[in-house]
Order: sequence, then structure tokens, then C-alpha cells
Amino acid sequence: MLSPSPSLSLLLSNLNEFRNSYDSDNTTFSPQGKLFQVEYALEAVKQGSAAIGVRSATHAVLLTLKRSTGELATYQKKLIRIDDHVGVAIAGLTSDARVLSNFMRQQAMRDRMTFGRAIPVGRIVQSIADRAQTNTQEYGRRPYGVGFLVIGQDETGPHLYEFSPAGTAFEYYAHSIGARSQSAKTYLEQNFESFESASLAELINHGLSALNDTLQQDKSLSVANTSVAIIGPADPAIEDIQHSAAARRGYFRVWENEGVDGLLRAWRRSRGEPEDGPQEEAAPDTAAAAGETTEGQQPSAEQAQTAEGSENAPPGAPAGGEDIDMEQH
Amino acid sequence: MWKQRSPGQSSFNDYNTFPLPQTQRVQPSYAHGPTFHTQQPLVTGTSVLGIKFDKGVMIAADNLASYGSLARFRDIQRLHPLGQHTLIGVAGDMSDYQWLQKELDALLREEDALALTDSHPSLSPKNIYQLLSNLFYARRSKMNPVWNAVLVGGWDKVKAESFLAYVDLLGTTYTAPTLATGFGAHLAQPLLREAYEAKAGIDGTGPLLTQEEAEKVLEDCMKVLFYRDARSINKFQIATITAEGSTISDSKSADTYWAFAEGLRGYGAQTQ
Repeated sequence: MLSPSPSLSLLLSNLNEFRNSYDSDNTTFSPQGKLFQVEYALEAVKQGSAAIGVRSATHAVLLTLKRSTGELATYQKKLIRIDDHVGVAIAGLTSDARVLSNFMRQQAMRDRMTFGRAIPVGRIVQSIADRAQTNTQEYGRRPYGVGFLVIGQDETGPHLYEFSPAGTAFEYYAHSIGARSQSAKTYLEQNFESFESASLAELINHGLSALNDTLQQDKSLSVANTSVAIIGPADPAIEDIQHSAAARRGYFRVWENEGVDGLLRAWRRSRGEPEDGPQEEAAPDTAAAAGETTEGQQPSAEQAQTAEGSENAPPGAPAGGEDIDMEQH
Repeated sequence: MWKQRSPGQSSFNDYNTFPLPQTQRVQPSYAHGPTFHTQQPLVTGTSVLGIKFDKGVMIAADNLASYGSLARFRDIQRLHPLGQHTLIGVAGDMSDYQWLQKELDALLREEDALALTDSHPSLSPKNIYQLLSNLFYARRSKMNPVWNAVLVGGWDKVKAESFLAYVDLLGTTYTAPTLATGFGAHLAQPLLREAYEAKAGIDGTGPLLTQEEAEKVLEDCMKVLFYRDARSINKFQIATITAEGSTISDSKSADTYWAFAEGLRGYGAQTQ
């Protein structure tokens, strides 16, 4: 065979359309001044399900939409406790998130050991941002494929930070990352001015409204797919402080599954909706059994790699929430 | 067969081609002989005293660094401020003290640089004390102690109360409203406690000494130490740490009375 068949050469030229000569090495700039690997890493964050962060003068709250990889799988946890006073929400590659959150835990413990203090929130975020930046400048490495929203409180009050794989760490009044997070951002931009003086309940309601805006048309927030993390003094009217020592102390706590039910009900009440939520939510198992075939049902290769799975899967077994706290000396 | 010397034995060969190419070997850590740790202090400072008063805490130390029993350096400041609201007074080996100063100053400089970005308050007295106790215990566990006894005095801005604590070369830590290191623990501590408890009571619930009273009792104690501790001199400084920050006094001396020495007999140069 002297020359490739016409069909094969067509295939090759099609492939070349997707090939980019400046993206095989993260340390080489394109002539347009871009680092493509870093931009792809930012895309990986957008593949992950949405995470919202809001902050008031007294509280910081994370709200996330959980996905499951399939009908037989549990929903992937999106919220990770770092220390009593710090926690993160993740969007992107779960395995990269684990590496970074383990590193953050080490940093937090190191400050507790050597100085007997809770690590300042800005510094723990900067420590992972520095690590991520290294990956954009050294040959033979790849950027992290995960973004964080970090909440925490220290001697300067509650904080909300965004960490991105580009190696940046910015502080926000309110922010959102992950799939369809632009919709949430629109809501937050319209409402953030009232956040500073908002009560915990109001802050959570705003966060849930923003999270609700990231949902697909036929979906709604439920105890299965919603998880909320709070830092700051507990509000016994909406939180089950009986079962959470962390809440009683104002430490980082996660509300999900049955635990988030009260928060969702309060939110629906505030919007004048039926407290039990949309009725089709009452029997999600039957909907799934009926062979509902929406696009997220079969996880695509990309979704499998994000390991966060699909938002369309039915509720699985409850993901064990962490509610551990350290004694404050 | 002809015998060749092994390359390790000589830099010359039989043809005197010099120097022989040799592989650079990595020097093992024991190449320069055994590693020695500090096994005894050389230039030393003696007692440091500390007492809480109604508006803060005071720390006193004299200006002497002895070389054995020789009063070698007579103008050494043994009180060292760490930021606005913390101060350490150091007894024991003065070279280890200088190393400690360097390390802690570097740490605080780093903290100050970070504070430029997030405005987070710098290390509190408690934070610094925790670091020192970790450091001293870790070093003694390596059989390489930092040969000092340190009093950490400070003002805790969050709790709005004074801080006073002790840590030494063994990693021993304790805290009390009055503290003293070395000889001071025997000679001055009882006097400090007596003065403190006279007002505050044994349980410390009463009023604390005023600044003037605290300074007076410290000066008395420094005088007693000068009389009875042969490694002390009558030249000392008192540091005061309050909510407003820390200040270190100029060197001062206590009024002493030596007329009784005329009548002493039994040792020393005497004509009769």
C-alpha cells in the first residue's frame, strides 16, 4: 500500500483538528500565552458537580450537589472536614482532592502540634495553592484536576476561599464552582449584598436557592443529593445540635441525608413551596426502575474519570458523615 | 607478576604520573570524627525571675554571662522580646540562647510577612511557649539539649490576661504566678510567693500586686541573689509586659550594704 486510503486520511485530518501542539507539555506557553494543560485542568473542575459557598459576618456555609456513579453506588461525598475550624467542598477529580485534603489535614495538625493553635485559614489555602502552582511550572508534572471551596474561621472571623488548579487562592463573599455553576453565580451576584448581615438560616436558604439554580430541568434538591456544611455558632431552630458535638461548639459540621431534611424543609417554606418537596421525589426508586434513560444515567468515560458520577442516580446508602471534633485547649 | 599498589593507598603510581585520577567519594558523616553534642554549658547566665502583677507580668535577669566562675561578660541582656506581647528571659548556656534568638526572630519575621497578606494576629505567648516546649523536649530526646531554662512572659490579647510559664532543657514545663530559674528557684521564689500571696492569698483570688510593688519585690530578690549567688552581679534589667506591649528597663543596681564584711574573720586576705 503506497498511500493511505481516502477514508483513513480523512480520519487523520479530523483527529488533527482536536490535536494541539502546545498542550502535550504543561510548561510550554502557546503563542497566545496560554498553558493548555492548566486550562484543561480548569475544565475538569467544571465537569464536577456544583458546589456553592456563602459567608456572613458570623458564619460560612458550603452547599453541594452530590452525584452517584450508578444505581448500586452511594452518593460521592463532596464535603471534607480538614480540622475543627476548616472544611472543603470539592469539584473535579476526587482522587486529587484526597491528596490535597490529606495535605491540608497535615498542615492543620502541624500547627496544632507545634503552636497549639488553629491554622489561619488563608495560610492553609495558600499552602495547597503553592503546591498546585508548582505543577504548572515543572516539567513532567500535571496540574491537579480539582477545585476547592474552603470555609473556615480563625481569629479574624469566618472565611470563604476558592482554590483552583491554576494555583490561585482568592477570598470571596460568595462563590460557586462545578457544573452549571454560572447559574448559581448569577443568583449570588444578585443577592450577596444581604449576606454579610444574614442569619444562619437566611444564609443557608440563599445557598440552597443558588444550588437549586444549578439543577437540570427535571431535577430538584433532595435529602439524597444535597449536603450542607456549616462553620459558626449553631442555630438550634434548624440544626440538630443534640446529635452533633461539632454543631454545639460551632465547629465544621456536615448535614446530609436525614440530617439535611430540616434545612431543606425550612428552605421550601421560605419559598412558599410544599414542605415535602416535589411529589415525584417521593418515589425515585420506581422512576429509576422504570428505566429512565436520561443522558447522565450511563456515566460517560469523562464522568467516570471525575469519579463523581451522575446527578441522576437514585439515592443510595447514606454516605457516612463525619462528625468528629477535637478538644479545644 | 608485578605488584601494584591499590589506588586507595597512594596518589602516585610507579611512573609518577601525578595526580592519579580518583573518584570523588562521598564523605561519610563520621569522616571528621564523632559528632559531639552540647554536654555542658560554657558561658552561662544565672537566675531569671518572673511575677504577675495586676496589669501584666514582669521578668528580671542580671547582665552577667559567666565563663565558669569567671564573671566574663558583664553587659549581656538576657531578656529578649518576641513581637509586641511576648518576652523571654533566659538562663543557662548563652550560645544556645543566641541560637534561640536567631531561630525565634526568623520565625516571627516569617509570621509577620504572612500577616501582611491575611492580617492574622501573630503568634501569641501561648503559641510561642508551646513551640519552645516542643523544641526543648525534642532536643533533649536526641541527647542534644538546648541548655537553657526559659521564662516566657506575655499578654494574651484574646483572653485579656497575663501569661507566665517555665520551660527548661529537659522539656519540663510548668506555670505559676511567680517563677524563678536556677538558684532563684531556691532563693527568690519563696520571697516572690510570700509577696504575691500576701495580697492575692494562697488561692490567688485576691488583688494582685501593683506595678510598683512587683518591681520592688523583684529588686529585693535580685539583691538577695547578688548577695548569695556567686554567679550573679549587681546589674540587672526588668521587663514589663502589659496589654500595651513590652518594655525593658535600663540596667540598674540594688543598694547593697557591705559594712558587716569588715568584721568577718576566717577566710580571705587578713592582717590579723
